[in-house]
Amino acid sequence: MNSPLTSTVAAPAAASVAAPVATKAPAQRPAVRCAPPWRAPLLLLIAGLAACALFPEQLGLITRIFIAGLFVLSLDLVVGVAGLATLGHAALFGLGAYAAGIFALHVHADPLLGLGVGIAAGALTALVSGAFLLRYQGFTFLMLTVAVSQIVLSLVQKARDWTGGDDGLSGFAMAPLLGRFEFDLEGRVAAGYALAVLVLMFYAAQRLVQSPFGLALRGIHENRARMAALGTPVFRRLWLLYTVAGALAGAAGALSAQTNAVVGTDSLSFALSAEALVMLILGGAGQLSGALVGATVFTLLHHTAASINPYHWLFVVGGLLMLVVFVPPARVWTWLRQRAGGGR
Amino acid sequence: MNTLFNILIDGLAYGMVLFVIAVGLSVTLGLMRFVNLSHGAFAMVGGYCAAWLTREALWSFWLAVPLAIAATALLGALLEALVLRHLYGRKELDQVLFTIGLSFVLIAATNAIAGPQVQLITLPPLLAGSVDLGFRTLPAQRLLVIGAGLTVAAAAAWTVARTRFGVWLRAAVDHSGTASALGIPIRTVQCASFAAGAALAGFGGILGAELMPLEPYYALKYLVLVLVVVAVGGMGSIAGSLVAAVLLGTIETASRYLASGWGSLFFFVAMAALLAWRPNGLLKR
Repeated sequence: MNSPLTSTVAAPAAASVAAPVATKAPAQRPAVRCAPPWRAPLLLLIAGLAACALFPEQLGLITRIFIAGLFVLSLDLVVGVAGLATLGHAALFGLGAYAAGIFALHVHADPLLGLGVGIAAGALTALVSGAFLLRYQGFTFLMLTVAVSQIVLSLVQKARDWTGGDDGLSGFAMAPLLGRFEFDLEGRVAAGYALAVLVLMFYAAQRLVQSPFGLALRGIHENRARMAALGTPVFRRLWLLYTVAGALAGAAGALSAQTNAVVGTDSLSFALSAEALVMLILGGAGQLSGALVGATVFTLLHHTAASINPYHWLFVVGGLLMLVVFVPPARVWTWLRQRAGGGR
Repeated sequence: MNTLFNILIDGLAYGMVLFVIAVGLSVTLGLMRFVNLSHGAFAMVGGYCAAWLTREALWSFWLAVPLAIAATALLGALLEALVLRHLYGRKELDQVLFTIGLSFVLIAATNAIAGPQVQLITLPPLLAGSVDLGFRTLPAQRLLVIGAGLTVAAAAAWTVARTRFGVWLRAAVDHSGTASALGIPIRTVQCASFAAGAALAGFGGILGAELMPLEPYYALKYLVLVLVVVAVGGMGSIAGSLVAAVLLGTIETASRYLASGWGSLFFFVAMAALLAWRPNGLLKR
C-alpha cells in the first residue's frame, strides 16, 4: 500500500538529481570511443550459440543463415566499403564451393583442408578477374562482373567430367572435423563449424576495415581522384581488397558445399548475386554487422514465405525492396534506437 | 552456306528484337539517368497483353498489337507519374532496388493472373506462312521482325535528333532547371519519353515471343541480355544499341547453331571483349 506512493514520489526526485549529471557528463568528456573489434564477433558468437540452443530442429536453416552471412560479409567489403557495385559475386562463391567439393571427392575429405582449398579458389578467382575488372568503373564494371560470372557458369556447365554439369556435383562425404567430430544428421557439427568460421572471418574483416588499409578503401569509395592525388595506389588497394573478399566468398562456398554435400550450378547464378545484394542493402551497406542482420532477415523471410507459396514469396520480397527504398533501414535503425533510449 | 544464311537471318531477327527492347532502356538510362530494371517486365506485359487479346478475346493480330503497346505505354506513364519520378534524383542503388522489386511484384502478379505456362501469340495467316524471295523462302514473321526493328531504329533516331520533342528531351536531360525556365514542359517530356520506352519494350516483347518464350520469369531472364546490349552499345546511343544488338544477337545465334554445348559462353566473352575495348559504347571513343 505504501510502496507505490513512495516510488512515485521518489522517481521525479531521482530524475531531477540524475538529470544534471546526465547532461553534464558528455560536456566534460565526449564519450565517443570505438567499440573494441572483438565485441561484435563475441556478440555474434553468443547470438549464434543461443539460436542453435533454442531451435535445435532448425539447425539446417541456421547453418544456411551463417553461410549467407559470410557471403554477404564478403560482398559488403566490395560494395559497402570500397563502393564497387558488383552483380557477379556468386562466381567467387560458386568456384569456392566447386573447389571444395572436387577436393573432397578426389583428393582428401578433411573439412579444414577443403575449406583452405575453397578459400584459395575464391581468392585466386578474384585475383585473376580483379586484374581485369578493376580497370573499369561504375556501370561498365557492373556489367563486366555479370559477364565474368556468366562465363564462369558456362565453363562449369561445360566441364561435366569435373563438375557434373547441370546435375550438380555430389557423392562426396566429409571426414570428421579435426579428426574427431563426425558430421551428424541433425547438423549440430555443421552449424558449430559454420558459426566458428563465420565468427573468425567476421573478426578478421572487422580488423581489416578498421586498419589504415580499410580507411584508404573508404577514402577511395568517397573520392577516388582525391585518394590518387594523395598518393594512395588505388588499383593495388582495390585489387587486394577484391582478393580478400574473394577468399571470404570462397570460404562461404566451401562451407555450403561441405554442409550440404552437394554443389549445384545455382551457386554460380545471377540470382544468387542479386539476392546477396538485396540482403546487403536490407541490412545497410558499409556496416559489417548490417550485412549479417540483412542475411538473417532475408533468409528467414525467404524460408517462411517460400514454404507458404514460392510465387507469393516474390510479392513479399518485391514489396519489401520497394519499401526499403522509400523507408531506408538506416533511418529506421536510428528511429528505433531513439525510441529505445537515446542510443549508445 | 545454308547454315550461314540461317544464322544471319535468325541472328538479325534476334538482334532486332533485342534492339527494340533495349532502345527504350538506353534512353531512360542514358538520357534520363534512371536505372530501370523493370524494363524487362514491360516487355513481358506487352507480350502477355497481345497473347491474351489474340487468344482469349479473339481479336485480330493487327488490332491487338497496337492495343497491347498502348496498354504497356499507359502502365509506364502511370508508374512514372505516380512513383518512379520520385526516384530520379536518388542514388543508382536505390533505383536498382526499387525497379527490381517492381519486377518481382509484376512477375508474381503475372503468375497469379495467367499461371506459369508459356503464352503463345496467335499469328495471322499472313505471318504464319513463309515468303518466297526467289532464291530462298523465309518465315514471314522473321521478315516482319527485321523490318520493324529497322523502322523503330529510324523513327527513334529521327525523333531524338530532328523533332521538337527530341530537342526538349535533350534539353531537359542536359540541364533541367534551365530547360524548365525556358518554358519546356519537363514533366510532360519525362513522362512521355518513359512511356515511349515502355511502349517499345512491349512491342519488343510481342515481336520476340517466338524467340524468347513468354513466361512469368521472362522479366528477369532476358533483362541481363538487354542490359548487355545497352552497355555495349553505349548508354543513350541509338545507333550503338542497334549495332551491339545485331552483333551480339548474331554471335548468340551462331553459337547456338554451331556450339550448343557451350551455352552463352561466347555471348558473354564477346560482351566482355567489346566492353573492355570500348567501355563507353561501341560508337563512342
